[in-house]
Amino acid sequence: MSTTAPIIKVDAISKSFGAFKVLDGLSMQVMPREKLALIGPSGSGKTTILRILMTLERIDGGHIQIEGEQLYHMERNGQLLPADERHLTRMRQKIGMVFQLFNLFPHKSVIDNVTLAPMLTKGTPRAAAEKRAMELLDMVGMADKAKAMPAQLSGGQKQRVAIARALALQPKIMLFDEVTSALDPELVEEVLNVLWRLCAETDMTMLLVTHEMGFAHDFADRVLFFDRGRIVEEGKPDEIFRNPRQERTQGFLKKIIAAGHRV
Amino acid sequence: MTQWSGYLGLIVQGALVTIELTLMGSVLALIMAFLAGMGRLSRFFVLRALATAYIEFFRGTSIFVQLFFAYFVLPLVGLELTPLQAGVLALGLNVGAYAAEVVRGAIQSIGREQYEACIALNLGRWHGMRHVILPQALLVMLPTFGNNAIELLKATSVVSLISLADLTFQAQVVRAQTGNTMVPFATILVIYFILALLISWGVRSLERRMARGLDGVRV
Repeated sequence: MSTTAPIIKVDAISKSFGAFKVLDGLSMQVMPREKLALIGPSGSGKTTILRILMTLERIDGGHIQIEGEQLYHMERNGQLLPADERHLTRMRQKIGMVFQLFNLFPHKSVIDNVTLAPMLTKGTPRAAAEKRAMELLDMVGMADKAKAMPAQLSGGQKQRVAIARALALQPKIMLFDEVTSALDPELVEEVLNVLWRLCAETDMTMLLVTHEMGFAHDFADRVLFFDRGRIVEEGKPDEIFRNPRQERTQGFLKKIIAAGHRV
Repeated sequence: MTQWSGYLGLIVQGALVTIELTLMGSVLALIMAFLAGMGRLSRFFVLRALATAYIEFFRGTSIFVQLFFAYFVLPLVGLELTPLQAGVLALGLNVGAYAAEVVRGAIQSIGREQYEACIALNLGRWHGMRHVILPQALLVMLPTFGNNAIELLKATSVVSLISLADLTFQAQVVRAQTGNTMVPFATILVIYFILALLISWGVRSLERRMARGLDGVRV
């Protein structure tokens, strides 16, 4: 066992939407540089945990620590108080997110999408921000489209720009929420290749919610199987995909395979 | 035979006053629209309440009464306004109240995913509004703003009632002096119509310019 501290520590969090309990006392830990795949049926809470880590949803109970610091709480005189906007802003600097539907800014060119946040939030001068943006766009294979508008791009291209945009803020943790689910099958590969490249060239911690079981198997260090707001089973990809112990995991994988996904 | 050329000068002067009123009223309306429209979406109750009160009050009372209030009642409490100032104030506040709802609706029409991208990129409320939400919302507002501006242009005719020499006022002068009703009113009818056309045309070309690139057509 390594002695490094976890970069993410989720402790007994719960979250409900109305009467529907999405997360029910969920706890998990993620180590620095770990690549984690979150799988499970829809409504199982796997996307919600990403959204909570990005502060897009608030928790009803429990605690989350990022690099040993409370995400939703501030320590004042030994007491834990709810975090204010300033605290959240500081904590968010550690985290980036890529969305299923890309969420690019349609009124801004590709390069402006990438430079906007560094220029506004870090005060990076335009020239430096654009230089960095071009490096990132080059990394995702989109440098030749820097001047294009998002509406001129295919889904896969949009998603690669969205990845570059999130990388521009140099987060330590990247959250990928079903980043290939909205893509035509022939465009999935180009986005997954970018993820492989990130894995090889950066030491970011990566959490992926995905339905690409083959990719999850090859890419992840660890797989978490979610069902009904809890982690039902977790382990190395081989254990989860080849020898799932839990009945619900077996049932889920059977359905996925029946639907034609490669494992 | 009436000497129409002399009267035409009066009408042109009236048209200039109408245009001046429309432009100045629109500027005030635009400022009020953004203040009140964004005020209604504020986190702070006091701002929301102020914005709502302003909108409901100025939409819910007649512009005619508002104008008379500005011109005849405000002096009683020591605020003397010229007819032009009173006209701009009443028109701007009245149309601004309608346009505020346009601003609010347009901001709310921008999808949640854009707000979420702003949070994920840590832009903060102000930067997100200024650089992401408003530029997109503006495009939604524009066509209705065009309507509002035409409404404002047409409403300028009420200022003739406080003796501001706009188009309508001058048409009545011509009518009184010549005894002819048809010619002066037909003339200003056409002029109002042309001014309104200019506004629609201006707003449409602005819309086209702003929409460039959004639809995937090469810029």
